[in-house]
Amino acid sequence: MGTDFRTLNPRALWQGLMRDGGSGDRIVPPTGITAQLTLFSAGAMAFLAVFALALALATGRLAERWSGELAGSVTVRVSAPLDEQAARTQATMQVLATTPGAGQPRLLPPEEVARLLAPWFGPDMPVDALPVPSLIDLPIVDEDFDVQGLRLRLEAEAPGAVLDDHTEWRRPLVTAANRLRVLGIVSLLLIAAASASMITLAAKAALAANGQVIRVLRLIGARDITIATAFVRRFTKRAAIGATAGTLCGMAGIAMLPGMEAAGGFLTGLGFQGWGWLLPLLIPVVAGAVGFFATRWAALKMLGAVR
Amino acid sequence: MIEMRDVGFGYGGTELLSNMTLTLQSGMFHFLTGPSGSGKTTLLRLCYADLLPTTGQMTAFGEDVRQLSRDGIADLRRRIGVVHQDTQFLDHLPVAENLALPLTVSGQEVDMEALRDLLGWVGLSHHARALPPSLSGGERQRAALARAVILSPDLILADEPTGNLDWDMSMRLMQLLIELNKSGKTVLVATHDLNLIRATKAQVAARVLRIANGTLNLAGADL
Repeated sequence: MGTDFRTLNPRALWQGLMRDGGSGDRIVPPTGITAQLTLFSAGAMAFLAVFALALALATGRLAERWSGELAGSVTVRVSAPLDEQAARTQATMQVLATTPGAGQPRLLPPEEVARLLAPWFGPDMPVDALPVPSLIDLPIVDEDFDVQGLRLRLEAEAPGAVLDDHTEWRRPLVTAANRLRVLGIVSLLLIAAASASMITLAAKAALAANGQVIRVLRLIGARDITIATAFVRRFTKRAAIGATAGTLCGMAGIAMLPGMEAAGGFLTGLGFQGWGWLLPLLIPVVAGAVGFFATRWAALKMLGAVR
Repeated sequence: MIEMRDVGFGYGGTELLSNMTLTLQSGMFHFLTGPSGSGKTTLLRLCYADLLPTTGQMTAFGEDVRQLSRDGIADLRRRIGVVHQDTQFLDHLPVAENLALPLTVSGQEVDMEALRDLLGWVGLSHHARALPPSLSGGERQRAALARAVILSPDLILADEPTGNLDWDMSMRLMQLLIELNKSGKTVLVATHDLNLIRATKAQVAARVLRIANGTLNLAGADL
């Protein structure tokens, strides 16, 4: 008996949705507060989805940047007694300058070293008075670059020079960024699932409240597709309209976040860039699809119980 | 049109109807009578596939009702107009839109002139824009009859249509059913009101079926 209703396929429903509802839409009574709650819920979820999407995109960019920037160079630290510091630094520079796959080594000037130490010692600290090691930045320009080989050469030819390829720093940062990205994606999925749940509940409530209407319609010869379309059309529209409003509010909120100059750290990247601003516009489409399938499922369950 | 052969219907282990053999003859006026609780409503619900027989064979317009899909049942109901004692409408729609519902749900255009004629035929022209809860019992039954015939069905089933009406209003409704029968429609009216049956039989040739103790018989000349 129910077999043909199982073929109440999305295509047939979609065609029903796209047609002008006309008086067919009026067969379902207005649902008042349910309609407003569905609109609000879809809007709130879309608003949150915009931020979750921004988080996922930003952390993705952050992971790439941290990974790329830190992997593109190594740092060599030269520690020696004060009277030997210059000579050992010079010897190290010579080793580095002849390293295959490496670019031009750059000795960090005292002002730059002072700036790096400022967070710990404050801005007015006389760095010259401290036994601060020399720091050399060596860009990696070729795949021939051999970290392990360079480390052995430094041990042999430049005692006191320690090579840091940033692995120790890079790995946890990139891992953290990737996990944040996963969190953003999981948040998006949870928001979609929560939206589907809310719309299903609202649709089921509307269907249950209209049980008598459905029964009358079946008795006068209405097919399941006709009844289901009336409900699916209504909830799909509500989900899409609410989500559009929520998405626009969310995008406005993202646009109003402080710029890179004003904020610092992680927040500098939170937002959309370039074509990325088009991605949130998919949220109302997804919300409409969620409304479509959630209501279809609820209608299918409800109509199956009515002969 | 509707044929039952040894049809039975039971629910929850209790057999409500058994060995029902019935042929609704095309163009005839039928009464189904019997005491309250004898199964008149159950038999009518079987006729429009609201219930399915648990035993026996039943065909409607040549098709085995137990083999009908859900869409098939919907299509069957477009060929059968049903009037209930407690007729239900969509209370948020005006009477005219309620009457046009069978057209709406079957995707047909509503001919406004024909709709006005139909409202006039059942005497509800001045209630076209009223909401169903504002109608009296008799008006509701006439509106239900108009809704039942708007698709020009082959068969009209009425389940105690006059149960809540006074005599004059009952006869007015029966007059409409007689008119439909005279225009070629097959009519089956379930009622326990023998006076109503006698008054109707004075105007139209009617076949009276009596249901009692779960079985169906053709009523004798006592009616």
